[in-house]
Amino acid sequence: MIDSTWAALYIFMLAAVAGYEVISRVPVVLHTPLMSGSNFIHGIVLVGAMVVLGRAETTTEQVIGFLGVLLAAANAAGGYAVTERMLEMFERKPKEG
Amino acid sequence: MDVIIQLTYFVTAFLFIMGLKQMSHPATAKRGIVWAGYAMAAAVIVTFAWPGLHNFFLIILGILIGGGAAWVVAKKVAMTDMPQMVAIYNGMGGGAAGAIAAVELLRNVAHHGEMSIGLLVLAILGGLIGSVSFSGSMVAFAKLQGLINSRAVTFPFQQPINMAVLAVSLIFGLMYLFGVQNGTVVLWFFLLTLLFGVMMTIPIGGGDMPVVISLYNAFTGLAVGFEGFAIGNPAMIIAGTVVGAAGTLLTVLMAKAMNRSLYSVLFGAFGAVEQEGGEIKGSLKPMDPEDAASMMAFANKVIIVPGYGMAVAQAQQKVKELMEELEKRGVEVKFAIHPVAGRMPGHMNVLLAEAGIPYEKLYDLDEINPEFETADVALVIGANDVVNPAARREGSPLYGMPILDVDKAKQVFVLKRGRGKGFAGIENELFYADNTNMVYGDASDTLNKMVQALKNF
Repeated sequence: MIDSTWAALYIFMLAAVAGYEVISRVPVVLHTPLMSGSNFIHGIVLVGAMVVLGRAETTTEQVIGFLGVLLAAANAAGGYAVTERMLEMFERKPKEG
Repeated sequence: MDVIIQLTYFVTAFLFIMGLKQMSHPATAKRGIVWAGYAMAAAVIVTFAWPGLHNFFLIILGILIGGGAAWVVAKKVAMTDMPQMVAIYNGMGGGAAGAIAAVELLRNVAHHGEMSIGLLVLAILGGLIGSVSFSGSMVAFAKLQGLINSRAVTFPFQQPINMAVLAVSLIFGLMYLFGVQNGTVVLWFFLLTLLFGVMMTIPIGGGDMPVVISLYNAFTGLAVGFEGFAIGNPAMIIAGTVVGAAGTLLTVLMAKAMNRSLYSVLFGAFGAVEQEGGEIKGSLKPMDPEDAASMMAFANKVIIVPGYGMAVAQAQQKVKELMEELEKRGVEVKFAIHPVAGRMPGHMNVLLAEAGIPYEKLYDLDEINPEFETADVALVIGANDVVNPAARREGSPLYGMPILDVDKAKQVFVLKRGRGKGFAGIENELFYADNTNMVYGDASDTLNKMVQALKNF
């Protein structure tokens, strides 16, 4: 079997290709909503911040960890709300009369 | 329990990618964000079961305060302020990645080097990119929100000084990597990377902000991905890397739509250039809204060019009323949408769609440009740089940017609040042209007067 470093590299490469492919040939109108949508998706940093704060031992770690959770939660919640509001504009079918 | 966590992360990663895919088509876009939202919620919930966690009170408190405040603000803020909202929430994500890096590096100090060198490299790189994204996005937010001057700020030897700041922060990173592991080194590393983010962003003018925000979005993604490797969290690895790649491509596409290279956005200090030479002939000819309205009433074809001024005045609803009044009189009305009108690509489309103006009346640059010659009236609502003919002339700071050929219409009306220059800080010779009249005032008021005039006609 491949060792974990190589597995990680493969995951990195495949995820990058997936991201690239998913976005290519997107219409200009969707540039901003898509940027906002991907902004929401990296809000997953919240789960990492939770784990880091959950394992924090010293006060310094707790303070920085808490800040991390605070910021990450804002990224996720705010990113979702902004994207949803933008995309509501597209809900009416593009070619209705 | 571990199996459930990993399985949830697995499904989350899949739904993120599928959600992003759906978001790239107008018809399925809304569904895409909802899927991604469920996936995120599930991932957050199962993470509470992560083995060995404590500080649950702080975790929940952080989520409630941070998430709650961001949610309320994002729901309340006007559609026109969306660009800076994206900037600030993106910056926060970068800051969170930086915080994760900081805690990991400090823990590693306390535990006398339990992390492997490879993981340390990723943690440090993610910390660097994340904190640059954080402070850079905050500057972008402040510029767009008008908290600080949106013009490019330049000073002598700017790029060498910026590079020096980056180099010194990298030296601190390397010192940590090669054994000088203490809290002071970590502190200086983060202070300098934060400073670099600010310094990298201040020379970038407001007009280029969309591209920069998109770039920082990709940065945050990458930082999240790297920190995912560092703390062994597969959901972060996949989501972060996907956003990093997608964001980079999106940045390039946006820059291309504005006919600017990424290099010139970052290092060109666009907007700091003073207008030189090019004496403008003619004079500004003000006109009353009522007179302009009566001329439009007798036109066969009117092309409306919305810009940031329309967004600021929240005038999209009035624009729709004007369109309806004109159409009642048999006037053909079309909308010309410049790819970067407003502050972001697609900004105008979103606002006009919000007002209920049908999709098929909106034309993009290449479709509408040949039509200006046959238009009786071009109505420019608070757009400036995107209709500046100076962009056709070599040597102008705007040279090369594709513009709407508004000046080719028989008559041009420009709705404008005052005599100020556009975002790029360049005088617009269109306003002085023989066939142009200026209608001063708040776009919403002016349009209201026009609609009334048409109704009473």
